Amino acid sequence: MKARVVVERPGAGVTVQDFGRKGYRALGVAVSGALDARFLAAANALAGAPDDAAGLEILLAAPELRVVEGAARIGLAGDFAGAILRADGRRENVASWRGLVLREGDALTLKLGRGPAYLGFSGGLDLPEILGARSTFSRAGFGGIDGRALAAGDVLPCGAAEGGDVSAPPLVHETGPIRFIPGPQADHFPPETLALFSAAPWRVGADSDRMGLRLSGPRLAHSRLGANIVSDGATPGAIQVPGDGQPIVLRADCQTSGGYAKIGCAITADLPRLAHLAPGDVMRFAPVDHAEAAAARREGRERFAQWRVGMAPAGECDDRKLWTENLISGATSGD
Amino acid sequence: MSNNPVALPAPRIRALGDAAASVVFGATIAPDVHARARAFCAALAAARIEGVEEWAPAFASATVWYDPDTILFAELAERLAALARAPASAAPAGALFEIPFCAEGDFAPDLEEIARLKGLTAQGWLDAFGGLALEVYMLGFQPGFAYLGVLPEQLSAPRLQTPRPKVPAGALAIADSMCAAYPFASPGGWRLIGRTPALLFDVSNAARPALLAPGDRVRWRAVSRAEFDALDSRWRAENLRADELRAAP
Repeated sequence: MKARVVVERPGAGVTVQDFGRKGYRALGVAVSGALDARFLAAANALAGAPDDAAGLEILLAAPELRVVEGAARIGLAGDFAGAILRADGRRENVASWRGLVLREGDALTLKLGRGPAYLGFSGGLDLPEILGARSTFSRAGFGGIDGRALAAGDVLPCGAAEGGDVSAPPLVHETGPIRFIPGPQADHFPPETLALFSAAPWRVGADSDRMGLRLSGPRLAHSRLGANIVSDGATPGAIQVPGDGQPIVLRADCQTSGGYAKIGCAITADLPRLAHLAPGDVMRFAPVDHAEAAAARREGRERFAQWRVGMAPAGECDDRKLWTENLISGATSGD
Repeated sequence: MSNNPVALPAPRIRALGDAAASVVFGATIAPDVHARARAFCAALAAARIEGVEEWAPAFASATVWYDPDTILFAELAERLAALARAPASAAPAGALFEIPFCAEGDFAPDLEEIARLKGLTAQGWLDAFGGLALEVYMLGFQPGFAYLGVLPEQLSAPRLQTPRPKVPAGALAIADSMCAAYPFASPGGWRLIGRTPALLFDVSNAARPALLAPGDRVRWRAVSRAEFDALDSRWRAENLRADELRAAP
């Protein structure tokens, strides 16, 4: 039997995301998908769904949900705290990094600490696939629920709950600078600019979103080739430097092409960490080669596999120890 | 144009992070350079390299996305370099489309000014524009947003100093020597010269969601407001079939 969850309050910056819409970039279609695919996979694992199933990404404020049909298991990954109001009137506090079974009539209220955080649903959210994915792409208004952020009254169909409550330690990301591979327009920057880019601290600007992070710091000078190029392909992680010398790091909703010279591109293993950078944060970059990028991918997969092994039926996990570890501290600091 | 591969400058293959590569044929917007990028994409499609996931041609380059756990960049670069020697004449031929647009009233707020800048009347500008068959160089910016070129100097105009906060879906616009129609409403700095009722991107058509593909050519046909309204309501009721807009060359 299926379950249905209704959105009582929509929160803010809440969209349906999966691992993204691939195969349509030649048509100008952004990949979209979860900013932090590892956290989404964790939320899905806690809910008893495939890693790449569709769940909710929460950027600003968490929604309030009520199960109106069947029983759903919901996985909480990220900096959440909240409560379940059971159908019989009982109230239970819930912590994050849990998989919780909600029965018909139960309501879940969450408070978001630092975003993004993710909610997984048993079996994954059963919404229509648009061009091969369920990810919301707001700028073109398709995917997810009518291509938009969650609204009150939306119905989220999912699979029936299987298994009981589970808990896991927080999933912790690597620390240190964001690693990037130089290019493809490294020749648009003199060597001293390339050195400055990796040496300087960069502050995340307020006008950052799912499309990109705007950074401020020392002005990056271009070579005589200049800031503009004949538009070519762009991808999440690409670091553009427009004429003002202030870098823009592209994220999941970025356009598929761009006309600014790219000094480098963040490695795939560090894309989840880019998700957690918020306005005012200070971060750094470090150049790596393909071998180091491969090692980082391996390490990321191993960390996730270890995390998964730590998932256990609720009550068997030491809560105190769990919360003395900081969830994502260091993910954004440079040193 | 020579078909002799020896005469072609070697493309440069550059990493775009650890899961994509950029294959660069030149640094200009020119039909022969673009034909090489499209010929390369056709050769890449035929080669079926394990680990290659998708690719997209741009003006003077092509981007290839791959799974770095399946193929190493060094090996991929070697394979791509070999494919990039495909002669430009191998680029697949596109279709010619004739797409209606209306340049009346509030559909074309920038038309008078761009015409005046070149010493033309609005009608004179439209007459010259209507005679062109513009090539689709690439899709980007929005799903289905096709960069069409190249406009002659007499019809070009720089983009607006300050972008409009909202350009409506269907807006037909120019910037420098490029022309494009916005499939979706968005902010935009291009000069608006008309509106098309054609559906430029249709998510319900998974086989061909974008009306236009690189290599296609487009002739814009000016229509009255009445004809625009009639086409608009018809294409809202029954989805536009791309065939309807195909023109005899």
